[in-house]
Amino acid sequence: MTSSADITITDVSLRYGSGTKTVLALDGISLDVKPNEFAVIVGPSGCGKSSLLYLIAGLEDLTGGQITVDGHSIQGPGPDRGMVFQSYTLFPWLTVAQNVEYGPRRRGLGEAERKTLVDHYLAEVGLATFRDHYPAQLSGGMKQRVAIARALANDPAVLLMDEPFGALDSQTRHTMQRLLLRVWDHSHKTVLFVTHDIEEAILLADRVFVMSGRPGQIRKVLTVDFPRPRVGDIVLDPAFIAMKREIMGLLRSDDDDDH
Amino acid sequence: MTDKSPLSAALVPYRPISTGLSVALGALVWALVLGGWMYLANGNHVPSMFLPDPGKVLATAGKLAMDGSLWDNTIASAQVVLIGFIASSVVAVPLGLYMGTYKAVQAALDPLVNFIRYLPVTSFVPLFILWIGIGLSERVAVIIFGTFFQQLVMIADAARSVPRDLVNAAYTLGTKRSTTVRHIVFPATLPAVLDILRVTVGWAWTYLVVAELVAAKSGLGYMSLKAMRGFQVDIIFLAIAMIGILGLITDQGFRLLRRVIAPWAA
Repeated sequence: MTSSADITITDVSLRYGSGTKTVLALDGISLDVKPNEFAVIVGPSGCGKSSLLYLIAGLEDLTGGQITVDGHSIQGPGPDRGMVFQSYTLFPWLTVAQNVEYGPRRRGLGEAERKTLVDHYLAEVGLATFRDHYPAQLSGGMKQRVAIARALANDPAVLLMDEPFGALDSQTRHTMQRLLLRVWDHSHKTVLFVTHDIEEAILLADRVFVMSGRPGQIRKVLTVDFPRPRVGDIVLDPAFIAMKREIMGLLRSDDDDDH
Repeated sequence: MTDKSPLSAALVPYRPISTGLSVALGALVWALVLGGWMYLANGNHVPSMFLPDPGKVLATAGKLAMDGSLWDNTIASAQVVLIGFIASSVVAVPLGLYMGTYKAVQAALDPLVNFIRYLPVTSFVPLFILWIGIGLSERVAVIIFGTFFQQLVMIADAARSVPRDLVNAAYTLGTKRSTTVRHIVFPATLPAVLDILRVTVGWAWTYLVVAELVAAKSGLGYMSLKAMRGFQVDIIFLAIAMIGILGLITDQGFRLLRRVIAPWAA
Protein backbone atom coordinates (compact mmCIF):
# COMPACT_ATOMS: atom_id res chain seq x y z
CA MET A 1 0.00 0.00 0.00
CA THR A 2 2.71 2.43 1.00
CA SER A 3 4.18 4.14 -2.00
CA SER A 4 6.81 6.80 -2.21
CA ALA A 5 8.07 8.83 -5.13
CA ASP A 6 10.73 11.29 -6.17
CA ILE A 7 10.18 14.97 -6.98
CA THR A 8 12.24 16.52 -9.76
CA ILE A 9 12.19 20.28 -10.23
CA THR A 10 14.00 21.57 -13.30
CA ASP A 11 14.69 25.25 -13.96
CA VAL A 12 11.32 26.35 -12.60
CA SER A 13 10.32 29.99 -12.71
CA LEU A 14 7.15 31.66 -11.52
CA ARG A 15 6.03 35.11 -12.52
CA TYR A 16 3.01 36.89 -11.04
CA GLY A 17 0.99 39.58 -12.74
CA SER A 18 0.82 40.58 -16.36
CA GLY A 19 2.04 43.34 -18.65
CA THR A 20 4.82 45.54 -17.30
CA LYS A 21 3.90 45.00 -13.63
CA THR A 22 5.19 41.47 -13.18
CA VAL A 23 6.99 40.06 -10.18
CA LEU A 24 9.46 37.23 -10.56
CA ALA A 25 8.75 35.03 -7.53
CA LEU A 26 10.93 32.05 -8.47
CA ASP A 27 13.93 32.15 -10.78
CA GLY A 28 15.52 29.03 -12.22
CA ILE A 29 14.89 26.67 -9.31
CA SER A 30 16.27 23.17 -9.74
CA LEU A 31 16.21 20.52 -7.06
CA ASP A 32 15.31 16.92 -6.63
CA VAL A 33 13.91 15.02 -3.68
CA LYS A 34 14.63 11.31 -3.53
CA PRO A 35 12.07 8.65 -2.68
CA ASN A 36 11.60 8.32 1.12
CA GLU A 37 13.69 11.42 1.70
CA PHE A 38 12.80 14.11 4.22
CA ALA A 39 13.77 17.33 2.45
CA VAL A 40 13.36 20.78 3.98
CA ILE A 41 13.38 24.15 2.25
CA VAL A 42 14.38 26.95 4.59
CA GLY A 43 14.22 30.58 3.58
CA PRO A 44 13.06 34.05 4.61
CA SER A 45 9.38 34.92 4.39
CA GLY A 46 8.38 35.99 0.92
CA CYS A 47 11.20 34.05 -0.79
CA GLY A 48 8.72 31.96 -2.75
CA LYS A 49 9.24 28.68 -0.85
CA SER A 50 5.52 28.26 -0.30
CA SER A 51 4.82 29.07 -3.95
CA LEU A 52 7.13 26.21 -4.92
CA LEU A 53 5.04 23.80 -2.84
CA TYR A 54 1.83 25.12 -4.42
CA LEU A 55 3.40 24.49 -7.84
CA ILE A 56 4.25 20.91 -6.94
CA ALA A 57 0.73 20.43 -5.54
CA GLY A 58 -0.61 21.74 -8.85
CA LEU A 59 -2.51 24.52 -7.08
CA GLU A 60 -0.66 27.14 -9.12
CA ASP A 61 0.63 27.08 -12.68
CA LEU A 62 4.33 27.53 -13.33
CA THR A 63 5.62 30.06 -15.83
CA GLY A 64 8.66 28.10 -16.93
CA GLY A 65 10.55 24.87 -16.35
CA GLN A 66 9.23 21.48 -15.37
CA ILE A 67 8.17 19.59 -12.26
CA THR A 68 7.72 15.83 -12.20
CA VAL A 69 6.55 13.61 -9.38
CA ASP A 70 7.28 9.92 -9.87
CA GLY A 71 8.22 10.75 -13.45
CA HIS A 72 4.90 12.36 -14.32
CA SER A 73 4.73 16.09 -14.97
CA ILE A 74 2.18 18.03 -12.93
CA GLN A 75 -1.30 18.38 -14.41
CA GLY A 76 -3.25 20.24 -11.74
CA PRO A 77 -3.84 19.09 -8.18
CA GLY A 78 -4.29 15.42 -7.32
CA PRO A 79 -4.42 13.04 -4.39
CA ASP A 80 -0.95 11.64 -5.20
CA ARG A 81 0.48 14.80 -3.63
CA GLY A 82 -0.84 15.28 -0.10
CA MET A 83 -0.43 18.65 1.53
CA VAL A 84 -0.54 20.09 5.04
CA PHE A 85 -1.10 23.84 5.08
CA GLN A 86 0.05 26.57 7.42
CA SER A 87 -3.54 27.71 8.01
CA TYR A 88 -5.97 25.29 9.56
CA THR A 89 -7.76 23.55 6.72
CA LEU A 90 -9.77 20.83 8.43
CA PHE A 91 -13.33 20.80 7.12
CA PRO A 92 -15.27 22.37 9.99
CA TRP A 93 -18.48 20.52 9.09
CA LEU A 94 -16.85 17.09 9.45
CA THR A 95 -15.76 15.34 12.63
CA VAL A 96 -12.13 14.36 13.13
CA ALA A 97 -12.81 10.83 11.83
CA GLN A 98 -14.80 12.13 8.85
CA ASN A 99 -11.97 14.54 8.00
CA VAL A 100 -9.47 11.69 7.97
CA GLU A 101 -11.67 9.51 5.76
CA TYR A 102 -12.48 12.35 3.35
CA GLY A 103 -9.80 11.39 0.81
CA PRO A 104 -10.48 7.63 0.94
CA ARG A 105 -14.19 8.40 0.50
CA ARG A 106 -13.42 10.46 -2.63
CA ARG A 107 -11.50 7.46 -3.94
CA GLY A 108 -14.55 5.31 -3.40
CA LEU A 109 -13.20 3.09 -0.63
CA GLY A 110 -15.74 1.05 1.30
CA GLU A 111 -16.76 1.74 4.88
CA ALA A 112 -14.71 -1.07 6.42
CA GLU A 113 -11.54 -0.01 4.62
CA ARG A 114 -12.10 3.60 5.58
CA LYS A 115 -12.58 2.68 9.23
CA THR A 116 -9.32 0.74 9.23
CA LEU A 117 -7.48 3.77 7.82
CA VAL A 118 -9.12 6.18 10.26
CA ASP A 119 -8.33 3.96 13.25
CA HIS A 120 -4.73 3.51 12.15
CA TYR A 121 -3.89 7.14 11.41
CA LEU A 122 -5.75 8.62 14.39
CA ALA A 123 -3.83 6.22 16.63
CA GLU A 124 -0.65 7.26 14.81
CA VAL A 125 -1.17 10.94 15.73
CA GLY A 126 -2.52 10.08 19.19
CA LEU A 127 -6.06 11.36 18.69
CA ALA A 128 -8.09 8.13 18.73
CA THR A 129 -10.29 9.42 21.54
CA PHE A 130 -11.13 12.60 19.64
CA ARG A 131 -12.64 10.92 16.57
CA ASP A 132 -16.13 12.37 17.07
CA HIS A 133 -15.02 15.92 17.89
CA TYR A 134 -15.47 18.78 15.46
CA PRO A 135 -12.34 20.80 14.49
CA ALA A 136 -13.63 23.84 16.38
CA GLN A 137 -13.26 21.81 19.59
CA LEU A 138 -9.54 21.09 19.00
CA SER A 139 -6.40 23.07 19.84
CA GLY A 140 -4.14 24.31 17.04
CA GLY A 141 -1.65 21.47 17.53
CA MET A 142 -4.42 18.86 17.46
CA LYS A 143 -5.85 20.35 14.26
CA GLN A 144 -2.50 19.98 12.54
CA ARG A 145 -2.15 16.42 13.82
CA VAL A 146 -5.51 15.59 12.24
CA ALA A 147 -4.38 17.37 9.05
CA ILE A 148 -1.31 15.13 8.92
CA ALA A 149 -3.44 12.03 9.52
CA ARG A 150 -5.89 13.18 6.83
CA ALA A 151 -3.11 13.68 4.28
CA LEU A 152 -1.48 10.31 5.04
CA ALA A 153 -4.76 8.35 5.09
CA ASN A 154 -5.02 9.17 1.39
CA ASP A 155 -1.73 7.32 0.79
CA PRO A 156 -0.06 10.06 -1.27
CA ALA A 157 3.22 9.42 -3.09
CA VAL A 158 4.69 12.60 -1.59
CA LEU A 159 3.75 14.75 1.38
CA LEU A 160 4.09 18.53 1.02
CA MET A 161 4.17 20.55 4.24
CA ASP A 162 3.89 24.34 4.16
CA GLU A 163 5.10 25.67 7.53
CA PRO A 164 2.55 23.44 9.25
CA PHE A 165 3.76 24.31 12.74
CA GLY A 166 4.29 28.02 12.09
CA ALA A 167 1.23 29.10 14.05
CA LEU A 168 1.95 26.92 17.10
CA ASP A 169 3.68 27.85 20.35
CA SER A 170 7.25 26.54 20.70
CA GLN A 171 6.33 23.81 23.22
CA THR A 172 3.66 22.39 20.92
CA ARG A 173 5.95 22.80 17.92
CA HIS A 174 8.61 20.58 19.49
CA THR A 175 6.01 17.93 20.28
CA MET A 176 4.75 18.11 16.71
CA GLN A 177 8.25 17.77 15.26
CA ARG A 178 8.86 14.60 17.27
CA LEU A 179 5.45 13.26 16.26
CA LEU A 180 6.06 14.02 12.60
CA LEU A 181 9.42 12.25 12.62
CA ARG A 182 7.86 9.20 14.27
CA VAL A 183 5.01 9.12 11.74
CA TRP A 184 7.46 9.60 8.87
CA ASP A 185 9.62 6.81 10.26
CA HIS A 186 6.60 4.48 10.07
CA SER A 187 5.34 5.57 6.65
CA HIS A 188 8.57 6.63 4.98
CA LYS A 189 6.82 8.92 2.59
CA THR A 190 8.81 11.40 0.55
CA VAL A 191 8.40 14.67 2.46
CA LEU A 192 9.09 18.18 1.25
CA PHE A 193 8.77 20.51 4.21
CA VAL A 194 8.94 24.30 4.08
CA THR A 195 9.90 26.45 7.08
CA HIS A 196 11.63 29.68 8.06
CA ASP A 197 12.78 28.08 11.34
CA ILE A 198 16.43 27.01 10.86
CA GLU A 199 16.50 24.74 13.91
CA GLU A 200 13.33 23.00 12.73
CA ALA A 201 14.91 22.50 9.32
CA ILE A 202 18.04 20.80 10.66
CA LEU A 203 16.13 18.75 13.22
CA LEU A 204 13.84 17.25 10.58
CA ALA A 205 15.83 17.07 7.37
CA ASP A 206 17.93 14.56 5.48
CA ARG A 207 18.83 17.51 3.27
CA VAL A 208 18.21 21.23 3.71
CA PHE A 209 17.71 23.50 0.70
CA VAL A 210 18.56 27.06 1.67
CA MET A 211 16.59 29.55 -0.38
CA SER A 212 17.14 33.25 -0.93
CA GLY A 213 14.41 35.68 -1.75
CA ARG A 214 13.19 38.02 -4.51
CA PRO A 215 13.47 36.23 -6.84
CA GLY A 216 13.59 32.91 -5.03
CA GLN A 217 16.70 30.88 -5.78
CA ILE A 218 18.37 27.87 -4.19
CA ARG A 219 21.46 29.18 -2.45
CA LYS A 220 22.90 25.99 -1.01
CA VAL A 221 22.05 22.34 -0.36
CA LEU A 222 23.25 20.86 2.93
CA THR A 223 23.21 17.17 3.83
CA VAL A 224 22.24 16.58 7.45
CA ASP A 225 23.62 13.31 8.71
CA PHE A 226 22.92 13.47 12.43
CA PRO A 227 21.72 10.02 13.47
CA ARG A 228 18.02 9.46 13.92
CA PRO A 229 16.04 9.56 16.08
CA ARG A 230 17.25 13.05 16.82
CA VAL A 231 16.30 13.74 20.39
CA GLY A 232 16.40 16.53 22.93
CA ASP A 233 19.94 17.75 23.34
CA ILE A 234 20.99 17.45 19.74
CA VAL A 235 20.26 21.17 19.24
CA LEU A 236 23.14 21.86 21.65
CA ASP A 237 25.59 19.66 19.72
CA PRO A 238 28.49 21.78 18.34
CA ALA A 239 28.03 20.29 14.86
CA PHE A 240 24.32 21.20 14.99
CA ILE A 241 25.14 24.73 16.07
CA ALA A 242 27.77 25.03 13.37
CA MET A 243 25.25 24.07 10.72
CA LYS A 244 22.72 26.47 12.18
CA ARG A 245 25.32 29.23 12.04
CA GLU A 246 26.12 28.43 8.42
CA ILE A 247 22.46 28.65 7.38
CA MET A 248 22.00 31.85 9.38
CA GLY A 249 24.98 33.26 7.54
CA LEU A 250 23.52 32.30 4.18
CA LEU A 251 20.18 33.89 5.05
CA ARG A 252 21.80 36.98 6.51
CA SER A 253 23.97 37.68 3.48
CA ASP A 254 20.70 37.45 1.60
CA ASP A 255 19.29 40.12 3.91
CA ASP A 256 22.27 42.36 3.22
CA ASP A 257 21.64 42.09 -0.51
CA ASP A 258 18.32 43.77 0.10
CA HIS A 259 19.84 46.89 1.60
CA MET B 1 -13.74 46.23 39.87
CA THR B 2 -13.74 44.94 43.45
CA ASP B 3 -17.49 45.51 43.79
CA LYS B 4 -19.12 42.13 43.20
CA SER B 5 -22.79 43.22 42.94
CA PRO B 6 -24.50 41.91 39.78
CA LEU B 7 -25.43 45.39 38.59
CA SER B 8 -21.88 46.72 38.67
CA ALA B 9 -20.81 43.64 36.66
CA ALA B 10 -23.38 44.64 34.04
CA LEU B 11 -21.58 47.96 33.61
CA VAL B 12 -18.32 46.34 32.50
CA PRO B 13 -18.06 46.28 28.69
CA TYR B 14 -18.51 42.80 27.14
CA ARG B 15 -18.71 41.06 30.51
CA PRO B 16 -21.33 38.27 30.58
CA ILE B 17 -24.28 38.72 32.94
CA SER B 18 -26.29 36.12 34.85
CA THR B 19 -29.30 34.44 33.22
CA GLY B 20 -31.56 35.84 35.93
CA LEU B 21 -30.48 39.40 35.22
CA SER B 22 -30.74 38.83 31.50
CA VAL B 23 -34.35 37.60 31.76
CA ALA B 24 -35.25 40.35 34.22
CA LEU B 25 -33.94 43.08 31.90
CA GLY B 26 -35.84 41.70 28.90
CA ALA B 27 -39.03 41.45 30.94
CA LEU B 28 -38.53 44.95 32.31
CA VAL B 29 -38.48 46.55 28.87
CA TRP B 30 -41.58 44.62 27.82
CA ALA B 31 -43.32 45.70 31.03
CA LEU B 32 -42.39 49.33 30.40
CA VAL B 33 -43.77 49.24 26.86
CA LEU B 34 -46.99 47.49 27.86
CA GLY B 35 -47.32 49.71 30.93
CA GLY B 36 -46.86 52.85 28.84
CA TRP B 37 -49.41 51.56 26.38
CA MET B 38 -51.98 50.89 29.18
CA TYR B 39 -51.31 54.26 30.73
CA LEU B 40 -51.87 56.10 27.45
CA ALA B 41 -54.93 54.06 26.49
CA ASN B 42 -56.74 54.10 29.85
CA GLY B 43 -56.11 57.59 31.16
CA ASN B 44 -57.92 59.18 28.22
CA HIS B 45 -54.59 60.59 27.09
CA VAL B 46 -55.19 59.20 23.61
CA PRO B 47 -58.70 58.59 22.24
CA SER B 48 -59.50 54.86 22.14
CA MET B 49 -60.32 55.29 18.47
CA PHE B 50 -56.57 55.61 17.84
CA LEU B 51 -55.12 53.54 20.65
CA PRO B 52 -57.05 50.57 22.00
CA ASP B 53 -56.59 49.14 25.46
CA PRO B 54 -54.38 45.99 25.50
CA GLY B 55 -57.25 44.08 27.07
CA LYS B 56 -59.47 45.09 24.18
CA VAL B 57 -56.93 43.72 21.70
CA LEU B 58 -56.82 40.44 23.61
CA ALA B 59 -60.60 40.25 23.66
CA THR B 60 -60.72 40.88 19.91
CA ALA B 61 -58.07 38.21 19.41
CA GLY B 62 -60.26 35.76 21.30
CA LYS B 63 -63.34 36.74 19.33
CA LEU B 64 -61.66 36.47 15.90
CA ALA B 65 -59.98 33.23 16.93
CA MET B 66 -63.37 31.80 17.84
CA ASP B 67 -65.05 32.78 14.58
CA GLY B 68 -62.01 31.49 12.67
CA SER B 69 -61.25 34.64 10.68
CA LEU B 70 -57.98 35.24 12.55
CA TRP B 71 -56.71 31.79 11.56
CA ASP B 72 -57.97 32.05 7.99
CA ASN B 73 -56.15 35.32 7.47
CA THR B 74 -53.01 34.13 9.24
CA ILE B 75 -52.88 30.96 7.18
CA ALA B 76 -53.51 32.91 3.97
CA SER B 77 -50.57 35.19 4.77
CA ALA B 78 -48.26 32.42 5.91
CA GLN B 79 -49.06 30.48 2.75
CA VAL B 80 -48.00 33.36 0.51
CA VAL B 81 -44.81 33.96 2.47
CA LEU B 82 -43.96 30.28 2.48
CA ILE B 83 -44.53 29.74 -1.25
CA GLY B 84 -42.72 32.92 -2.25
CA PHE B 85 -39.83 32.43 0.14
CA ILE B 86 -39.26 28.79 -0.75
CA ALA B 87 -39.51 29.46 -4.50
CA SER B 88 -36.98 32.27 -4.15
CA SER B 89 -34.57 30.33 -1.90
CA VAL B 90 -34.61 27.16 -4.01
CA VAL B 91 -33.11 29.12 -6.90
CA ALA B 92 -31.13 31.77 -4.99
CA VAL B 93 -29.12 29.35 -2.83
CA PRO B 94 -27.54 27.23 -5.59
CA LEU B 95 -27.24 30.15 -8.00
CA GLY B 96 -25.66 32.33 -5.30
CA LEU B 97 -23.16 29.59 -4.45
CA TYR B 98 -22.12 29.27 -8.10
CA MET B 99 -22.00 33.05 -8.43
CA GLY B 100 -19.61 33.32 -5.49
CA THR B 101 -17.48 30.40 -6.67
CA TYR B 102 -17.17 31.03 -10.42
CA LYS B 103 -15.99 34.45 -11.55
CA ALA B 104 -17.70 33.95 -14.91
CA VAL B 105 -21.12 33.50 -13.31
CA GLN B 106 -20.45 36.53 -11.15
CA ALA B 107 -19.36 38.63 -14.13
CA ALA B 108 -22.51 37.64 -16.00
CA LEU B 109 -25.01 38.29 -13.19
CA ASP B 110 -23.49 41.04 -11.04
CA PRO B 111 -24.33 44.05 -13.23
CA LEU B 112 -27.98 43.06 -13.66
CA VAL B 113 -28.53 41.89 -10.09
CA ASN B 114 -26.98 44.99 -8.57
CA PHE B 115 -29.27 47.14 -10.72
CA ILE B 116 -32.44 45.24 -9.89
CA ARG B 117 -31.86 44.89 -6.19
CA TYR B 118 -32.00 48.64 -5.67
CA LEU B 119 -35.37 48.92 -7.39
CA PRO B 120 -38.07 49.26 -4.72
CA VAL B 121 -40.34 46.24 -4.79
CA THR B 122 -43.33 48.48 -4.16
CA SER B 123 -42.83 50.15 -7.52
CA PHE B 124 -43.43 46.81 -9.21
CA VAL B 125 -46.72 46.10 -7.47
CA PRO B 126 -48.84 47.97 -10.07
CA LEU B 127 -46.98 46.18 -12.85
CA PHE B 128 -47.51 42.78 -11.26
CA ILE B 129 -51.21 43.50 -10.75
CA LEU B 130 -51.48 44.42 -14.41
CA TRP B 131 -49.61 41.33 -15.54
CA ILE B 132 -50.77 38.72 -13.04
CA GLY B 133 -53.94 40.10 -11.49
CA ILE B 134 -54.68 40.31 -7.79
CA GLY B 135 -54.62 36.64 -6.88
CA LEU B 136 -52.23 34.61 -4.82
CA SER B 137 -49.62 34.50 -7.58
CA GLU B 138 -49.32 38.28 -7.64
CA ARG B 139 -48.47 38.39 -3.92
CA VAL B 140 -46.07 35.48 -4.35
CA ALA B 141 -44.40 37.39 -7.21
CA VAL B 142 -43.92 40.42 -4.95
CA ILE B 143 -42.26 38.24 -2.29
CA ILE B 144 -39.99 36.53 -4.80
CA PHE B 145 -38.99 39.82 -6.37
CA GLY B 146 -38.32 41.34 -2.95
CA THR B 147 -36.20 38.54 -1.54
CA PHE B 148 -34.52 36.76 -4.47
CA PHE B 149 -31.94 39.36 -5.48
CA GLN B 150 -31.01 40.18 -1.89
CA GLN B 151 -30.55 36.48 -1.15
CA LEU B 152 -28.48 36.01 -4.28
CA VAL B 153 -26.02 38.78 -3.41
CA MET B 154 -25.64 37.73 0.24
CA ILE B 155 -25.19 34.04 -0.58
CA ALA B 156 -22.64 34.84 -3.29
CA ASP B 157 -20.73 36.86 -0.68
CA ALA B 158 -20.74 33.90 1.69
CA ALA B 159 -19.45 31.60 -1.07
CA ARG B 160 -16.69 34.06 -1.97
CA SER B 161 -15.45 34.15 1.61
CA VAL B 162 -14.71 30.40 1.78
CA PRO B 163 -10.96 30.22 2.61
CA ARG B 164 -8.95 29.35 -0.53
CA ASP B 165 -6.76 26.89 1.36
CA LEU B 166 -9.85 24.95 2.44
CA VAL B 167 -10.62 24.42 -1.25
CA ASN B 168 -6.93 23.74 -1.99
CA ALA B 169 -6.81 21.12 0.76
CA ALA B 170 -9.86 19.45 -0.78
CA TYR B 171 -8.11 19.32 -4.17
CA THR B 172 -5.02 17.70 -2.68
CA LEU B 173 -7.34 15.08 -1.16
CA GLY B 174 -8.82 14.18 -4.53
CA THR B 175 -11.82 16.50 -4.84
CA LYS B 176 -12.55 17.23 -8.49
CA ARG B 177 -12.85 20.89 -9.45
CA SER B 178 -16.29 20.20 -10.93
CA THR B 179 -17.62 19.05 -7.55
CA THR B 180 -16.15 21.89 -5.46
CA VAL B 181 -19.51 23.60 -4.91
CA ARG B 182 -21.19 20.38 -3.78
CA HIS B 183 -18.40 18.99 -1.61
CA ILE B 184 -16.83 22.15 -0.20
CA VAL B 185 -18.61 25.45 -0.85
CA PHE B 186 -22.09 24.21 0.10
CA PRO B 187 -21.17 22.65 3.47
CA ALA B 188 -18.67 25.42 4.26
CA THR B 189 -21.33 28.12 3.78
CA LEU B 190 -24.28 26.21 5.24
CA PRO B 191 -24.33 28.06 8.60
CA ALA B 192 -24.07 31.43 6.83
CA VAL B 193 -26.75 30.45 4.29
CA LEU B 194 -29.15 29.51 7.11
CA ASP B 195 -28.50 32.88 8.74
CA ILE B 196 -29.17 34.64 5.44
CA LEU B 197 -32.44 32.73 5.04
CA ARG B 198 -33.40 33.67 8.59
CA VAL B 199 -32.83 37.35 7.89
CA THR B 200 -34.50 37.40 4.47
CA VAL B 201 -37.64 35.57 5.61
CA GLY B 202 -38.21 38.63 7.81
CA TRP B 203 -38.09 40.82 4.72
CA ALA B 204 -40.52 38.48 3.00
CA TRP B 205 -43.07 39.28 5.70
CA THR B 206 -42.60 42.99 5.07
CA TYR B 207 -43.21 42.62 1.35
CA LEU B 208 -46.21 40.41 2.03
CA VAL B 209 -47.97 43.14 3.96
CA VAL B 210 -47.20 45.62 1.20
CA ALA B 211 -48.74 43.25 -1.34
CA GLU B 212 -51.78 42.55 0.82
CA LEU B 213 -52.47 46.20 1.53
CA VAL B 214 -52.73 46.88 -2.17
CA ALA B 215 -54.43 43.87 -3.60
CA ALA B 216 -55.80 40.97 -1.59
CA LYS B 217 -59.02 39.45 -0.33
CA SER B 218 -57.45 37.64 2.61
CA GLY B 219 -54.43 37.78 4.85
CA LEU B 220 -53.29 39.82 7.82
CA GLY B 221 -52.53 42.90 5.72
CA TYR B 222 -55.98 42.74 4.16
CA MET B 223 -57.54 42.28 7.62
CA SER B 224 -55.68 45.35 8.76
CA LEU B 225 -56.75 47.45 5.79
CA LYS B 226 -60.38 46.44 6.20
CA ALA B 227 -60.20 47.31 9.90
CA MET B 228 -58.89 50.77 9.07
CA ARG B 229 -61.95 51.46 6.96
CA GLY B 230 -64.17 50.52 9.92
CA PHE B 231 -62.05 52.36 12.53
CA GLN B 232 -61.35 49.01 14.25
CA VAL B 233 -57.96 49.95 15.55
CA ASP B 234 -57.90 46.92 17.87
CA ILE B 235 -57.92 44.63 14.81
CA ILE B 236 -55.02 46.57 13.27
CA PHE B 237 -53.06 46.06 16.48
CA LEU B 238 -53.96 42.38 16.45
CA ALA B 239 -52.77 41.95 12.84
CA ILE B 240 -49.46 43.66 13.64
CA ALA B 241 -48.99 41.51 16.75
CA MET B 242 -49.72 38.34 14.76
CA ILE B 243 -47.05 39.24 12.20
CA GLY B 244 -44.61 39.88 15.04
CA ILE B 245 -45.41 36.53 16.64
CA LEU B 246 -45.09 34.69 13.32
CA GLY B 247 -41.76 36.44 12.72
CA LEU B 248 -40.55 35.38 16.15
CA ILE B 249 -41.60 31.76 15.50
CA THR B 250 -39.87 31.70 12.09
CA ASP B 251 -36.73 33.20 13.58
CA GLN B 252 -36.57 30.63 16.37
CA GLY B 253 -37.36 27.91 13.85
CA PHE B 254 -34.35 28.85 11.74
CA ARG B 255 -32.13 29.01 14.83
CA LEU B 256 -33.28 25.52 15.76
CA LEU B 257 -32.77 24.29 12.21
CA ARG B 258 -29.23 25.69 12.23
CA ARG B 259 -28.44 23.87 15.46
CA VAL B 260 -29.80 20.62 14.05
CA ILE B 261 -28.28 20.61 10.55
CA ALA B 262 -25.12 22.65 11.25
CA PRO B 263 -24.19 21.52 14.76
CA TRP B 264 -20.49 22.24 14.20
CA ALA B 265 -21.19 25.97 13.99
CA ALA B 266 -23.36 26.19 17.12
